[in-house]
Amino acid sequence: MGLFSFFRKSNKKNTANLAKERLQILIAHEHADKSKQAPDYLPKLKDEILQVIRKYVQVNDRDVNVNVEKGADYDVLELNITLPENK
Amino acid sequence: MSKVIVVTSGKGGVGKTTSSAAFASGLAAKGHKTAVIDFDVGLRNLDLIMGVERRVVYDFVNVINGESTLKQALIKDKRVENLFILPASQTRDKEALTKEGVESVINELKEDGFDFIVCDSPAGIEKGAFMALYFADEAIIVTNPEVSSVRDSDRILGILQSRSKAAKEGRTVKEHLLITRYSPDRVEDGDMLSMDDIVEILSVPLIGVIPESDTVLQASNSGNPVILDNESPAGKAYIDVVGRFLGEDIPLRFTKAEEKKGFFKKLFG
Repeated sequence: MGLFSFFRKSNKKNTANLAKERLQILIAHEHADKSKQAPDYLPKLKDEILQVIRKYVQVNDRDVNVNVEKGADYDVLELNITLPENK
Repeated sequence: MSKVIVVTSGKGGVGKTTSSAAFASGLAAKGHKTAVIDFDVGLRNLDLIMGVERRVVYDFVNVINGESTLKQALIKDKRVENLFILPASQTRDKEALTKEGVESVINELKEDGFDFIVCDSPAGIEKGAFMALYFADEAIIVTNPEVSSVRDSDRILGILQSRSKAAKEGRTVKEHLLITRYSPDRVEDGDMLSMDDIVEILSVPLIGVIPESDTVLQASNSGNPVILDNESPAGKAYIDVVGRFLGEDIPLRFTKAEEKKGFFKKLFG
């Protein structure tokens, strides 16, 4: 075994580096996904906002866009409503 | 001031219970009144690792349900002064641990003058693991130099930072990375993640490295926390961990590969 392992070791791949690279990519992705995750209340919030707006203006579901963006130490709740054109 | 420390990892089989037993014994041996609680409801094992399995009468869930007092359930260690073990129950009811129940037990231990309360977490990220980390002031993340263990440690760190009581109150849980089952020779050969790699990936300060060692199995076979074996590298490494936790400045040991084999040894060895 001595002689063989001596030669094999020199051209064997460094698997530890491979492990490190894979983990760094994976964990960066998992962290990015988590920060993009919307809070649980978002669908309900969107629904209730729609109900209020519909008291005054008729809008479609697709005309309301709710988005949460995470900053360093603050979150931004972005709300876009496209009002129908006045006829 | 008492401190609650969770020993956790996400992944199973990385050495949480071995580390909890060693760490709690080490703290007690240094004169600090210490309780170690097994949170693995349904699959208790801390009692076995601590060698007190035949002395279990009441358990954690009995105390929470008011079926026994805390004093009745705590097992006083016969080897180390100041050390007490609270075993998990064997009940299969996962809902047995409630936030209120766990909190009342921890508060009672604090009132009884315990300096350290070590929470031995079960594997996974379900209720038992969540309860073990919820009240923690500090966390020891046990990680093996292996991809799945490192990834799971990262997940647990995320939970500590977002869902623990400290996080909810705007405080941070102080994190410590404990690498176990480390083989410096394999790191040298490029077949194992190095401690520097793991620290870089998880960005948690290192509190110690426990070398892979036969004495860990021997210790669990005999029900003696490995830290009490001060001849073994693993035992010594745990003693260092306890010292660092208590603020001592202790250099790492057992993290370098043994001297390279000579040419002839390589050829014929």
